[in-house]
Amino acid sequence: MSSSSPKSLTIAFIGNPNTGKSSLFNALCGMNARVGNFPGVTVEKKLGSFRDDQGEVTVIDLPGTYSLSARSADELVSVDVLLSRVADAPKLDGVVVIVDATNIERNLYLFSQVRDIGLPILLVLNMWDRIEEEGITIDLGELGKRLGVPIVVTSANRRVGIEEVRRGIRSLAASPAATHPSLFPTSFTEERDKFVSWVREQEAITIPHFLAERTLLDVGGASESHLEQVGVKGLTEYLTAARGRLSQSGCRVPAIETKLRYAWIRETLSGVVHRVENNRLTRSDRLDRILTHRIWGVAIFLFAMFIIFQSIYVGDKVLGQPFGMGESGLFAGLIGNAQSGLTNLVDGSLAPGALQSLLSDGVIAGVGGVLVFLPQIAILFLFIAILEDCGYMARVAFLMDKLMTKLGLSGRSFLPLLSSFACAVPGIMATRVIENRRDRMVTILVAPLMSCSARVPVYVLMVSAFVPPIKIAGGWLSLHALILFAMQMLGAMVAIPVAWSLKRWLFPGQTPPFVMELPAYKWPSWRVLLQRVWERIQSFLVRAGTLILLTSILIWGAGYFPSDHTKLYQLKSELHQKSADQANEASGPDSIAEKEAAIEALKTEINVESSRMIEQSFLGMVGKTIEPTVRPLGWDWRIGVGVLASFPAREVVVATFGTIYSLGSEVDENDQGLQGSLQAATWPDGRKVFTIPVALSIMVFFALCAQCAATLMVIRRETNSWRWPIFTFVYMTTLAYLGALLTFQIGSRIPFLN
Amino acid sequence: MPRTLDQLAVGEHARVLDVVGDDDISIRLMEMGLVEGTEVRKMGQAPMGDPLEYAVHSSRLMLRRVEAARVQIEG
Repeated sequence: MSSSSPKSLTIAFIGNPNTGKSSLFNALCGMNARVGNFPGVTVEKKLGSFRDDQGEVTVIDLPGTYSLSARSADELVSVDVLLSRVADAPKLDGVVVIVDATNIERNLYLFSQVRDIGLPILLVLNMWDRIEEEGITIDLGELGKRLGVPIVVTSANRRVGIEEVRRGIRSLAASPAATHPSLFPTSFTEERDKFVSWVREQEAITIPHFLAERTLLDVGGASESHLEQVGVKGLTEYLTAARGRLSQSGCRVPAIETKLRYAWIRETLSGVVHRVENNRLTRSDRLDRILTHRIWGVAIFLFAMFIIFQSIYVGDKVLGQPFGMGESGLFAGLIGNAQSGLTNLVDGSLAPGALQSLLSDGVIAGVGGVLVFLPQIAILFLFIAILEDCGYMARVAFLMDKLMTKLGLSGRSFLPLLSSFACAVPGIMATRVIENRRDRMVTILVAPLMSCSARVPVYVLMVSAFVPPIKIAGGWLSLHALILFAMQMLGAMVAIPVAWSLKRWLFPGQTPPFVMELPAYKWPSWRVLLQRVWERIQSFLVRAGTLILLTSILIWGAGYFPSDHTKLYQLKSELHQKSADQANEASGPDSIAEKEAAIEALKTEINVESSRMIEQSFLGMVGKTIEPTVRPLGWDWRIGVGVLASFPAREVVVATFGTIYSLGSEVDENDQGLQGSLQAATWPDGRKVFTIPVALSIMVFFALCAQCAATLMVIRRETNSWRWPIFTFVYMTTLAYLGALLTFQIGSRIPFLN
Repeated sequence: MPRTLDQLAVGEHARVLDVVGDDDISIRLMEMGLVEGTEVRKMGQAPMGDPLEYAVHSSRLMLRRVEAARVQIEG
């Protein structure tokens, strides 16, 4: 191969968590990262690239891990990538193993496993700037000789040593794979060879040596289940016998692996790494004295969580205040303004008709419905990135673990669930910090039960229209506040038995290991923070946004067709004409009042006609068809339509009620007219539709239902499967229905409430 | 019976003898460096008494009490 012609390379990055792998990746590849999923698993596939004078280098950033021992299909992906066994990942030219220089003993464990794969390796000793401070000296020349691989030292967060890594990667491809004698005794390597030939005889497939070793070592691990799936018969029996033979010869599986590798590490590092002092408290230890203190630690923690939660909840509004957009929020206000601007533009330039309605009520409203999540996602992920990068995230798990184990979860689930009280969309995206797949799945599935901010308008509308403003506890507490609070808590309360049942029936198995590292505290790097936030936003817009938009358009279609809109459009044109006349002509004073009255009459007529349109639409038809189903909840078909139409987002129900009750869709939850119309609505026999039990039943339904396309699409994106959003929708709708049924049936029998 | 890691007092040192069990939790403990001969020191514990924090090599590990109880120690 000529060295002058440009040559593209593919390499993988692997390392323990908290080794600064992301900083190095960003320093090399900049914002040139593409995030996706490996097929069939929830593991994120992160690809980056950079150019050097000889060509393009593609970097696959593998998830941070302590070991290649794969317990789940998710963990096996890293092994498969390293063995070039993944269909849509290119063949590797080499591996860069990133190691925390201050903790080289434990980090070399992964290195020693990667070395057994037989690819050329570049060893990067990162955090080199900190070894002096930690009182460590490393004899690099001797280390390189003993390990037999090229070594580069870096301080990635200060961008020191990046050029050397680039050069090191380029020369990797030219260098041969590091060869070394196996750490395992011959009895093990013989058993491995026997296993490889046994599999070949059974299924005519040849498995790489490394995979054979992993299958022998990882009892009940992912490589074993993989071979079983491929159809190797009698595998379990064979492996049990093989492990028995190994045990006889003094290789007790699985303990033998850690024993041999750590013995090798000790030997390799002896005389190479020196520590001045082993027992002194580091800066992090001293900080932890306060930050994990039983009083101060908890107080600081609660304060930090309060700040994060408040920021997601009101951050956008606070940012909007200097611009006079404190009410709507800066970003939400800008989106709203853009939305109404575009809608006016469309309404002004297109004749009333299906296209105009599709653009303004379907597309523009749908895009707005996607963008409206961005401030919350950006704010939460900025905080998460800060917490993770500075090392506090592990302390959150440390402080909260005991509490969360009572729910059958671990400390890692705390922040995603807390965030879900503001909005489940970023909350579910935040479950990536949960390492264990079962814990992560349960957290994702219960997160939408947490009462999010979109439920508030529904509660406010119902409470202010139907609950009498009674003060209790000597005027300190209002009944309104009490009911709002109960509704906020309901989802979380229901989540406890749901999480427990999911653990018990859907994701059974042993409690996963919790063992985690408390990384040393450090200042977060702005580049890493921005990159993380950008990745999340991008992934939300591309993967979930398009589906959310599609859902909005479908629901628009269901509410628009097949009604005959001719009359509505005539009325609208007339209104347009009249308003224009009024604005242009400065006619006599007597006619102004007259014209205004005419316009008002026209508006009322339009609202009545809009209500008729939705009644005649598919949505209205379905609502009427399902009326017998919602009758036991105390609902009429209009409420049913409101619930159906709010599938894209819960808060849409307020606007839908506005349209159905002929008030136009511009109402909000505090609208007196809407509250009045709801209070006045009657059944055909003259009884009132809305009573307190009905209002409560609607609130309970919205507390527990999954009427949020964005949440469902994000679940689809995070679990990489349609199964889980469908499951979530079905279980939550069932709970919501039962909850509402119970509420109405009990409530309507209490005389005081009727 | 040898003492186990969960019995260490804050600030106390010990050396690992063995990890009991062959399941995921034991493997993870061993992978994190808790193998025969490793020096360990208890650093602290969470406000509710669980999990516990240990210094192993130059890293700080947190273990639940039930996990620490699998690690046999001496000294």
